[in-house]
Amino acid sequence: MKREMTGAKMVVQALKDQGVDTVFGYPGGAVLPIYDEIFLQNDIRHILVRHEQGAVHAAEGYARSTGKPGVVLVTSGPGATNAVTGITDALMDSIPIIVLTGQVPTFMIGSDAFQEADTVGITRPCTKHNWLVKDTDKLAETIHEAFHVATSGRPGPVLIDIPKDVQFATGTYVPPKPSTSHYQPKVKGDIEEITELVAAIEKAKKPVFYTGGGVINSGPGASQLLRELVDATGFPITSTLMGLGAYPASGANWLGMLGMHGLYEANMAMHDCDLLIAVGARFDDRITGRIDAFSPNSIKAHIDIDPSSINKVIKTDIPIVGDVAHVLEDVLKIWKSRGRKTQAEAVQKWHAQIDEWRKVNCLAYRPSEKTIQPQYALQRLEALTKGHDRYVTTEVGQHQMWAAQFMGFEDPNRWMTSGGLGTMGYGFPASIGVQIAHPEALVINVAGDASWLMNMQEMGTAAQYDLPVKQFILNNERLGMVRQWQELLHGSRYSHSWSESLPDFVKLAEAFGAKGIHCDDPAKLDDAIMEMIEHPGPVIFDCVVEKHANCFPMIPSGKAHNEMLLGDASTEGAIESGGAVLV
Amino acid sequence: MSALHIKKGSTRHSAYNLRPTFSDVEERHTIAVLVENEPGVLARVIGLFSGRGYNIESLTVAEVDHTGHLSRITIVTTGTPQVIEQIKAQLGRIVPVHDVHDLTVEGPAVERELAILKVVGQGDKRVEALRLADIFRANVVDSTLNSFVFEITGAPDKIDAFADLMRPLGLTEIARTGVAALLRGD
Repeated sequence: MKREMTGAKMVVQALKDQGVDTVFGYPGGAVLPIYDEIFLQNDIRHILVRHEQGAVHAAEGYARSTGKPGVVLVTSGPGATNAVTGITDALMDSIPIIVLTGQVPTFMIGSDAFQEADTVGITRPCTKHNWLVKDTDKLAETIHEAFHVATSGRPGPVLIDIPKDVQFATGTYVPPKPSTSHYQPKVKGDIEEITELVAAIEKAKKPVFYTGGGVINSGPGASQLLRELVDATGFPITSTLMGLGAYPASGANWLGMLGMHGLYEANMAMHDCDLLIAVGARFDDRITGRIDAFSPNSIKAHIDIDPSSINKVIKTDIPIVGDVAHVLEDVLKIWKSRGRKTQAEAVQKWHAQIDEWRKVNCLAYRPSEKTIQPQYALQRLEALTKGHDRYVTTEVGQHQMWAAQFMGFEDPNRWMTSGGLGTMGYGFPASIGVQIAHPEALVINVAGDASWLMNMQEMGTAAQYDLPVKQFILNNERLGMVRQWQELLHGSRYSHSWSESLPDFVKLAEAFGAKGIHCDDPAKLDDAIMEMIEHPGPVIFDCVVEKHANCFPMIPSGKAHNEMLLGDASTEGAIESGGAVLV
Repeated sequence: MSALHIKKGSTRHSAYNLRPTFSDVEERHTIAVLVENEPGVLARVIGLFSGRGYNIESLTVAEVDHTGHLSRITIVTTGTPQVIEQIKAQLGRIVPVHDVHDLTVEGPAVERELAILKVVGQGDKRVEALRLADIFRANVVDSTLNSFVFEITGAPDKIDAFADLMRPLGLTEIARTGVAALLRGD
């Protein structure tokens, strides 16, 4: 049904027709007509953030915890440029986000008007696609196409720049219809390649699944199929940071996370395996370590919906382009029809070898009765929150790696972290987005003191909407990961890696009308965590931890999977000159 | 519409069935990209090359299907086989890109470039320039008593050769279009 309406009304109508219930945004001159339409309706809830970067991260948290795209509405110029970090974060982690930006009126574009920026130009490299809409008649179909692009194939952020005169002008609204655009990524994998993977599964003596965020992006069905395949074959499975929860941490075949701060047994299995099945993972440099020593003796199969991921970093023997759920379904079907064969005895031996590696107990740390060890804090947080309907977000740094190591995720969409871009300041606004989507759930942001300060203005948002997000800050008064690298690489010269003049977090919470909890005593930690969980509103938990703890295990830059540093290892000279240039 | 007479969905070049052996030797490839002629599409393609550090030796673009609003971009690039495969895969990811064809792999292809050259001089040099232009089948498109402007079409190395010959004869300016290319045969 076609209808005449203003561009601003069209925006709201199109969002409703796309099933959007929540928009994260911040108003400004160039989006006032759209904000006026938002004022006049009740179907779409607008969450007012305190900074546009926060809006995008909140939308990411919403998207990752629901599987639906997140929507952001910001103004022109600084509104758009402030959103760029969040948009880039979503691109790197393949999160579907629709960003609507206001723009100066079409007749002023190019005149250096007030709050004008070349938004489509600035965001071209950090969006999956973007549009500048100059004609109100094209607005509705562009928004519908934007949802199609953001959510099809490898998901990602898209941006629509809407000049103010286009918002005021009247045009014809068209409702969504199945996309007729040429952009229709292929989801079914090639059957010949899949059959070859099945044959490799049947022959493998030392197989390992290496899974990533693509499994989560493919939807809950993909995680279900992955679990079925892993448990039916009995193959061990590891995951990237982004893929945690696709296979349950309590599962029999779970190795823990792999990579730079991954578990010893996971990295050793990657190095020694004879069949590596990559599922929705992209061989990121945090995962591979030294490329020429990466899993030297394995056949590599790679399932990915993005053809450019295949052979980008690591040469693949069995490339399968397709959606994880579709491909895994076919793998299972073909494997079953051929008699569900594996080299069970050899795989058993392989598990025994892995158990030997497990005995290294790579996450061991020195407990203390005087100070809270960060690892201990997360172990207690895990133990005390495990039974809850729980979602965890993180900032970026040591606390993020410790959270990945010490917290277990039983389901997909429960773990939100900035993987590819490594954005400090992601976790707090992301936790707000998650809590908006899941009002009854326990939402915890595991943070470091430095990261958390980067978007602390969002306390205003948490307080305004009375969102009971728990900000669990491991406070070491340091930029912990930077400090660790300076110890390893720069002769312990701790250049600007400490937090001078930290706020009193309890008073800070109280200033926003929230609850603050301070704890620096291991003996009182459990009670303090329980107090945090039981408080019905937002909490800032200032957990004062050991200041010089390093995050282990660690594959130093330029080293291979089997050259890991374990806890208490000497870090002197751990990174050689060749690795020093790497980040 | 011969420019679009490329079989759709050709996979000979694609990552869908890619089994490369990585080599360090740099190769020159001519890639044809069919794109929707929408604002910013050229910037997307060029931004991809600069952002990911790929080479562009030559790039030409023009709308070739006015009703379907499709443009054809011809890019000559160099890189190791792995980089060339990445370039094609990355081009294929751009939303308004319809099709990517590696004419060097799918070839043989006809490659042509047009150049116009200004040669200034008198006497023997002027006569020699005209004589060489005749050999190269270059046309005179502008003439004064002191200068010629030649128009020449051909493969890039033919144009290079002609320009090299003109240099001592008074070549002052040259403008080249970059390569346009089509697969041979039907």
